[in-house]
Amino acid sequence: MKNNNFKALIFFLGPAMLAIFVFFFIPVISAFVISFTDFDIYSLGNFSNARFIGLRNYTQLFEDPLFWTALQNTFFFVILAGPLSVFVSLFAAMLLNAKLVKFKGIFRLTYFMPVVTTLIAVAIVWRFIYHPRFGLLNYLLGFFQINPVDWLGDPFWAMPAIVLMSVWKNFGYNMIIFIAGLNNIPSDLYEAATIEGASWWQQFRSITLPMLVPTTLFISVITMIGYFQLFAEPYIMTQGGPLNKTLSIVQYMYQEGFRWWNMGYSAAIAFVLFFIIFLGTVIQSLIHKKLKHT
Amino acid sequence: MRSYLSSRLKQLSQKKFFQTGLRNPLKSVSSAKSACYLLFLFSLLFLSCNQKKDSQTEISFWAMGAEGEFVQKLVPEFEKQNPGIKIKVQMVPWTAAQEKLVTAYASDNSPDVYQLGNTWVPQFSALGAIEELNPWIQNSSVVKREKYFEGIWDTNVLESGVYGIPWYVDTRVLFYRKDVLAKAGYNLPPKTWEELYDCSKKIKATQPADKYPIYIPTNEWAPFVIFGLQANANLLKNNATYGNFQSKEFQTAFSFLINFIKEKLAPMSVSQVTNIYQAFAGEYLNMYISGPWNVNEFKKWMTGNLADKWMTAPLPNMVGGKYPGVSLAGGSSLVMSKHSKKKESAWKFIEYLSTPKTQAELYHLINDLPAVKEAWNDPLLKNDIYLKSFYDQFQNVVATPKIPEWEQIVFSKLQQYAEYTARGVMTVNEAMKAMDGDVNTILEKRRWMISRNLKYKK
Repeated sequence: MKNNNFKALIFFLGPAMLAIFVFFFIPVISAFVISFTDFDIYSLGNFSNARFIGLRNYTQLFEDPLFWTALQNTFFFVILAGPLSVFVSLFAAMLLNAKLVKFKGIFRLTYFMPVVTTLIAVAIVWRFIYHPRFGLLNYLLGFFQINPVDWLGDPFWAMPAIVLMSVWKNFGYNMIIFIAGLNNIPSDLYEAATIEGASWWQQFRSITLPMLVPTTLFISVITMIGYFQLFAEPYIMTQGGPLNKTLSIVQYMYQEGFRWWNMGYSAAIAFVLFFIIFLGTVIQSLIHKKLKHT
Repeated sequence: MRSYLSSRLKQLSQKKFFQTGLRNPLKSVSSAKSACYLLFLFSLLFLSCNQKKDSQTEISFWAMGAEGEFVQKLVPEFEKQNPGIKIKVQMVPWTAAQEKLVTAYASDNSPDVYQLGNTWVPQFSALGAIEELNPWIQNSSVVKREKYFEGIWDTNVLESGVYGIPWYVDTRVLFYRKDVLAKAGYNLPPKTWEELYDCSKKIKATQPADKYPIYIPTNEWAPFVIFGLQANANLLKNNATYGNFQSKEFQTAFSFLINFIKEKLAPMSVSQVTNIYQAFAGEYLNMYISGPWNVNEFKKWMTGNLADKWMTAPLPNMVGGKYPGVSLAGGSSLVMSKHSKKKESAWKFIEYLSTPKTQAELYHLINDLPAVKEAWNDPLLKNDIYLKSFYDQFQNVVATPKIPEWEQIVFSKLQQYAEYTARGVMTVNEAMKAMDGDVNTILEKRRWMISRNLKYKK
């Protein structure tokens, strides 16, 4: 019996483990090694042109103003877009879950549509929406006597503009998960609360929110990881500009690695990013553990 | 969600799926059957290997974008002339071209012949990916140095030899609105920097404030480098191992251009111009330094009564310099893989693409300007009024510094500091000091390589 179990384990997990080892662990380990070298275009032709330079990539990284700018932008994006995204999707899920709403399927589909639309198409459409002279947004603001803003060309507004677009693009996905979470809350809890005379707000605070803790944990971790890897939106819409105000850490990594072939430096950026995301995930799960116990 | 998952898992585990279902899948594949499969697979492998071993030599050729699409039409004629050789054209998008070529090289899958932007030649030579072509050129009756524009040919010449053959060429000239300039008193386009500035000032005076005389986008490095070269700036020093952007000459040129933006003679933000042709049609922009790829677009957009309202002109120069001022030697070259096993046939194909006839045909197909001077006698090229200024400009073009790091220096650093100064975050002096610092960091590896006698070849 034991033996059989082991065979089954090998049979089912073996191929996957092998694939993971070849396509995940080996690249990650070699990237880690490369991050301690100055592997670049010269080394690609001849390995002896790569030097082992210890921690120099990392020390250079911490002195690189562009790295700090990119890090700051990414944090700004995560801190602004993360909670906003979770809040908007929870709000949309509650609306769609309300007993009064009709045609739920249609609404759900509409809100989910941006998630499945190609980002390139979305970004190009939003670039038109944000256009300083012909854009829809400035046109609408014109009704309130607000002067046209150069959304993507202004160092102050460029990142908020990207946040707005990303939240709009992504909230549908989290919304679906929230709906599933809401459906999982037994209705007898609400019935009991209603009989006890609890208001809507009290029910929301004492039943809905606590019951949604696992869902929220899942969503916020996924969202945070996704948002730390911000890349395509600024890459298409602003190319990191104006004044590098939308340059994200992943974009910087991509540029260094695949545009300028500074593989060593780029690998170092990747590991710093990995460490940040890892730290963020640990902190989040600690917070939620505490929330669960109180 | 979690509870759903866990209950589902419980259900599944109760079915004892793992214990009972295990043997069947293993048993169902009988050993005879699997042997058959293997045999079949192996035979396929052998068949596919054998097929390639007939008398035909197959040359793989990678070309980018439109070239990749249209060069196929030039292939049948070559194959007719050389019955033993087949050309397999692979189209690569420009945006991914460099990445794909480097990866192909790293995995020993380089095509026999490929197109390279001529600023990429130093990089691929540093990689040791491309063949030094001097021995081939010496024995060739088709490819000869004197048949090409001097500045263009020079982009392919490195210390250790010639690495590419110019295929098609481009350079930057001045596109302008004839009528708007005439209204400002300029019946002829500006020939000096002073005239360019004065002309812009006068246009600004004739137009509403939200329109601009000239477009100098900070995300295009070329004009900054061109004006620097016109001012005799040495962009890099000590055998191109240190930046020299702080030099008085470069700073003069750089501030001259930035000033247009600061004085609102050129728009600050790049995002305000999503469509340059529309902007030209609406007189929102009236001068723009750009390349031949825009000629056809302008023809397409400036129709009706706008058709004769635009023109191209060679670039102005500093006072005292000859006209036209220097511009950049751009375009694409044909290179041969160093590790190709079919170099003879590959060179034949390069020669075929370099004959005046094929060069003119390439222009007919996609309007790529020919690198071979003789091909410019083609009536279509000769009679095009917009192309004359390009021909004149090609007499005075130079290559940018031929080092692998050049693209990074201009794309990631020069453009960044141009934006910083245009927006007033830094002064020109501060920006150029920071620029040199960054460039020196980028070139650290090159200094090390040179100290080891540039032994970067395999």
